[in-house]
Amino acid sequence: MYDGGKIITGIVIGLVLLTFPIWYTHGTPPPRPEVKLPEKEKKCVQPGAYMKLKHMQLLDLWRDSTVRAAKRSYVATDGRKYEMSLQNTCMSPECHAKKTEFCDRCHDYTGVDPYCWDCHIPPKEEPKKEKPEENVH
Amino acid sequence: MAVNRRKFLKIGGVSMLAFGAMPATNALGLEWLDEKLGGFTIPETLLHFFHTPVGAVRGDALTAKRWAMVVNVKALDDEIAEACQKACHHVHNVPHIENPKHEIKWIWEEHYEHVFPGRQHEHVKESFKKLPFLVMCNHCVNPPCCRVCPTKATFKRESDGIVMMDMHRCIGCRFCMAACPFGARSFNWKDPRRFLKEEDQNPEYPTRMKGVVEKCQFCADLLAKGKIPACVEVAQELCKKKGREPALVFGDLEDPDSEVRQLLRTRYSIRRKPELGTNPNVYYIV
Repeated sequence: MYDGGKIITGIVIGLVLLTFPIWYTHGTPPPRPEVKLPEKEKKCVQPGAYMKLKHMQLLDLWRDSTVRAAKRSYVATDGRKYEMSLQNTCMSPECHAKKTEFCDRCHDYTGVDPYCWDCHIPPKEEPKKEKPEENVH
Repeated sequence: MAVNRRKFLKIGGVSMLAFGAMPATNALGLEWLDEKLGGFTIPETLLHFFHTPVGAVRGDALTAKRWAMVVNVKALDDEIAEACQKACHHVHNVPHIENPKHEIKWIWEEHYEHVFPGRQHEHVKESFKKLPFLVMCNHCVNPPCCRVCPTKATFKRESDGIVMMDMHRCIGCRFCMAACPFGARSFNWKDPRRFLKEEDQNPEYPTRMKGVVEKCQFCADLLAKGKIPACVEVAQELCKKKGREPALVFGDLEDPDSEVRQLLRTRYSIRRKPELGTNPNVYYIV
């Protein structure tokens, strides 16, 4: 092999660089995001595990049903009825009142950027209160 | 014969049910599978995969076969017309943009010669020159905008005849704007949120984004909650205060006893550009 030393050194350096994310974190993945669940309302429209897996399909169904079929009342599997509305039902003050502590946590972690909020108005949060406190400490 | 085809299928079916009844971990001892299924049993997972939950119409929703509006121009004045526009634009987060090239409007005042160009002549009734004619989407029976829309973002709702907009689908091609003979549609050239102060926003209704077309939707969102359209409510309130007959009347055109039908039966009414055959559902009493 011509220039064997150089090639092998190159390969070793390349391998070290490629595996950098693994050994730098000692093989442990970054902590999983934790969402803040609503304090008052304990029951979602469907069980939590279902929502984790299928909330996108559910919201997709809600928007089609509301806008196109004029059916705006959602009948959950256990018979309870909800208004199909991202802004008024999901993000109501009793439920997921803070987008940054619920939606954004997982979406940021997984690098998902849904365009819901281009039009839908997220609930009002007060970031002004938190920031000055951080600056003081 | 030890196991024939028939017996094999029977055993297979029964064991599938047996496995399915408990979470995957217990049945197969596969933790990774359990993690994949999120703690659900196999039948539950299958159910979630194929199950599409259904929606229903709220009990107190206002419904009709064909919604229509009657604009009684004689009962209108600038104050009522402005109040109607203000109410509509507030409820639906319609931004106020000064530049007429970029403005967004769902309902607005217009002069007689622009509303009924075919009827305009130089000796037209003096009062017509001053009257504010309220115009909006006509929710045509035969809407050209829906015919040209390549994504079916705008469509005629079969249940009640409202020409709806599905903002999720609009790609901003503006074919509908070219097709509409009434100029009822506005295009968002700018991000509308820039022109809507946060305190003026109605948190119950979405805004739009840059690059979509919007228009009046006969307050489909309010009808679903059992309320009449915002402009009609405001106009009727103000007319009552002023002791006039209602300037805007809303109702079912297919119902012979509805208020709109009674008005149309007894009064002379006209529609905008009927010669085009779009069959508008907004009538004007002049």
